[in-house]
Amino acid sequence: MLSEDHEDLRKTVEAFARDEVAPVIGDLYEKGEFPYDIVRKMGAMGLFGLPIPEEHGGMGGDYFALCLALEELARVDSSVAITLEAAVSLGAMPLHRFGTPEQKDEWLPKLAAGELLGAFGLTEPGGGSDVPGGMRTTAVLDGGEWVINGSKAFITNSGTAITGFIGVAAITGRRADGKPEISTIIVPAGTPGLVVSEKYSKVGWSSSDTRELSFTDCRVPAANLLGQRGRGYAQFLQTLDEGRIAIAALSVGLAQGCVDESVRYVAERHAFGHPIGHYQAMQFKVADMEVRAHTARLAYYHAADRMLRGLPFKKEAAIAKLVASNAAMDNSRDATQIFGGYGFMNEYPVGRFYRDAKILEIGEGTSEIQRLLIARELGLGGL
Amino acid sequence: MNIVVCVKQVPDTATERKLRSDDSTIDRSANGVINELCEYAVEDALKLKEAHGGEVTVLTMGPDQATDAIRKALAMGADKAVHLSDEALHGSDALSTSYALSQALKKIGFDVVILGSESTDARTGMLAAMLAERLGVPQLTLASKIEVDGSAISIHRQTDYGYDKVEATLPAVVSVVEKPDPFKPRYPSFKGIMAAKKKPIEKIGVADAEIDPAQIGLAAAWSVVSDFTAAPPRGKGVVVNDEGDGGTKAAEFLVSKKFI
Ligand SMILES: Cc1cc2nc3c(=O)[nH]c(=O)nc-3n(C[C@H](O)[C@H](O)[C@H](O)COP(=O)(O)OP(=O)(O)OC[C@H]3O[C@@H](n4cnc5c(N)ncnc54)[C@H](O)[C@@H]3O)c2cc1C
Repeated sequence: MLSEDHEDLRKTVEAFARDEVAPVIGDLYEKGEFPYDIVRKMGAMGLFGLPIPEEHGGMGGDYFALCLALEELARVDSSVAITLEAAVSLGAMPLHRFGTPEQKDEWLPKLAAGELLGAFGLTEPGGGSDVPGGMRTTAVLDGGEWVINGSKAFITNSGTAITGFIGVAAITGRRADGKPEISTIIVPAGTPGLVVSEKYSKVGWSSSDTRELSFTDCRVPAANLLGQRGRGYAQFLQTLDEGRIAIAALSVGLAQGCVDESVRYVAERHAFGHPIGHYQAMQFKVADMEVRAHTARLAYYHAADRMLRGLPFKKEAAIAKLVASNAAMDNSRDATQIFGGYGFMNEYPVGRFYRDAKILEIGEGTSEIQRLLIARELGLGGL
Repeated sequence: MNIVVCVKQVPDTATERKLRSDDSTIDRSANGVINELCEYAVEDALKLKEAHGGEVTVLTMGPDQATDAIRKALAMGADKAVHLSDEALHGSDALSTSYALSQALKKIGFDVVILGSESTDARTGMLAAMLAERLGVPQLTLASKIEVDGSAISIHRQTDYGYDKVEATLPAVVSVVEKPDPFKPRYPSFKGIMAAKKKPIEKIGVADAEIDPAQIGLAAAWSVVSDFTAAPPRGKGVVVNDEGDGGTKAAEFLVSKKFI
C-alpha cells in the first residue's frame, strides 16, 4: 500500500524509535525533561523538514511522510512525537504556506533542520474551542511595530532552549461586519514583553514542553505579520485541518504501540498454568485493539490521500482524528488492563501510553468539536 | 578518493534465523537487512568522502533480494552500487567469497576497501584478511577510527591497554568495528531515500567479473557443514542473594564458569 519511498522512511523511523528513543525516554519522562538529544538526532535525519521543500532546507517530501514518521515515533513515545508534530505542523507549515519570501528564508532552513522549533499560540486561558469568542489577545500597529498584549495557554514547544518563535494569533481590529479581525504575528523567542511561564505539571506528555505565555506591550516589527492582515482565522483553520491528520497518525501510533506491547506480554505472562494469551478474554481484547488501530490508520491514510490530491478533506480529517484518538484511549486502557499491576508502573511503556492518550481527545480540537465539524459537513450546522 | 564498501545482506537478528534443510546453507529468503557492521563501514566511507572527496561505491555479493542492503547504503549517501549476483555463487564459503569479491574489486578499482569486521550470519570475521591477501594490498583490521593523509592510511585498533595505531599506504583493505555515538551510522534522510532510487546499481555476473566458476559455489567450498542441531535452550540464571557475602559468591560463580 505504501510507496517504496514511504515504506523505507517508515522503516527508518521505526528503527530510530526502537534504537534511539525507547532506551532513554522512560527516564526523561519521569524527570519531565525535554528530549534535546533525541530532537537533535531527529533533526539530523531531516524529520523536521519532511514536508518542507528542498529550496528551504527541507526534504521535499509530503505531509503523509510526516504522518508516517509521527505514527512510528508515537508507537514508542508520544512526547517525542508531539514535539515533532507541533514543530512542523503548527510551527513550520504556516510559515511555509503563508509566509513572505523573507520570512521563509529567515526561519525555514533552521526549522527544517530541527535547530529551532516553531510554536503556534492560538488557545487562550479563556478558551480553545471557541475561537475567536474566547480570544482576548490584541496586536496594534504603532510606529512600524506590532504591540501585543494578552496571554496564551498550553502552547507546545514555546519554552525550550531551541524555541525560535511563536506564531501568535491576535485580534488586530474589527471587520466591516463587526467581527474581530484576526492576524498571526511572528514573535521571536526572547522578545522583551513576552513572558514564558514555568512549564505546566501535566498528566501526560511529560517530556513535551507546554507553557503559558503572557504579552505585555510586546513589540515586534510590522514585517513579522504572517502573510496577510486579517487572514489569521483562515490560516489556522487550514493549519488545524491538516494538523488533525497528523494528530490522527500520532494517535494510531500510540494505539499500535499498545498492541505491540500487549502481544508480547500475553505470551510471556503466566496465570493459572498458561500464558495469559491462552485465555480468550485476553485474545479478544488484543484483537479489538488491533481492529481499532487498523481502522483508524485507514481513516488517516484516506484523509491524507485526499489532502495530497487537492480534494476537500475537512470531514475526513475530523473523522480520522476522532476515531484515532478514541482508539488510542481505548487501546491504552485495555493494554494497561492486560498488564495488570505492572500496567500501573511507570517502568512499563503502557502506563505512559495510558497517561499520554487522554490529551489526544482534547488537543487540536476536542472530540466534541470534531463531531461538530462532521455534522456541519453533513449540512447540519444551520439547524 | 575511490572508496569501495562491501556490504552484505543478512537475515534479521531480531527474527528467527534458519538453515536450509536441503544444503545446510543459510536461509536468505526472508527478513533480509543490511549487516549491522556494514552500516558502520558505510558510515566510515561517507566520512572519508566528506573529508577527502571522491566517490563511494557499494559492492555486494548476494542473491537478487540483497537489493535492500544496497538501497540502504545508497540512501545513507553512497554514490553507486555494484551487485554481484549469480546462481553459481550460491553456497560459496569465505574463501571463495573472498575470491569472487576480489575479482569484482579488481574490475571496479579502488584506493580503499572498507568492510565490517564480521557479519551476523556466518561470523567468520576473515574476509578482510583474505581479500587483502588476494588483492596483494595491506590489511588494517578491526579499525575504530580511520585517517587518510595523502597516500598514507592509519587506523586505531582498540586494545586492553588503549589503542594501537596501525599505518599502511594506499591502496588498502580496512575492516571496522562498532563504535559509540557520534560515530554510529547515520539514519538515512527522506531526501537520501528518494535519491537512492535514482542512483546507478550495476548488476554483474560471474562472467562479467572474470570469476572462474570452478573456484566458487557449494562444490568448491573448503568448509562443509556436515551436520547441525538447534542450540540448547538457555538454562536458568543463578540469583545471588547478598547476605554480606555477595561478592564472594559472585566471584565463586565466575570461577566455576572459568571466567576468572
Ligand atoms: C498538552 C497540551 C498542548 C497544547 N498545545 C497547544 C498549542 O501548541 N497551541 C494551541 O494553540 N493550543 C494548544 N493546546 C490547547 C488545546 O488545543 C485546547 O486545550 C483544546 O482546543 C480545548 O480547548 P479548551 O482547553 O479551552 O477547552 P474548552 O474549549 O473550554 O472546552 C471545554 C469542554 O467543552 C466542550 N465544548 C466546547 N464547545 C463546545 C460545543 N460547541 N459543543 C459541545 N461541546 C463543546 C469541549 O469539547 C470540552 O469538552 C494544548 C493543550 C494541551 C493540554
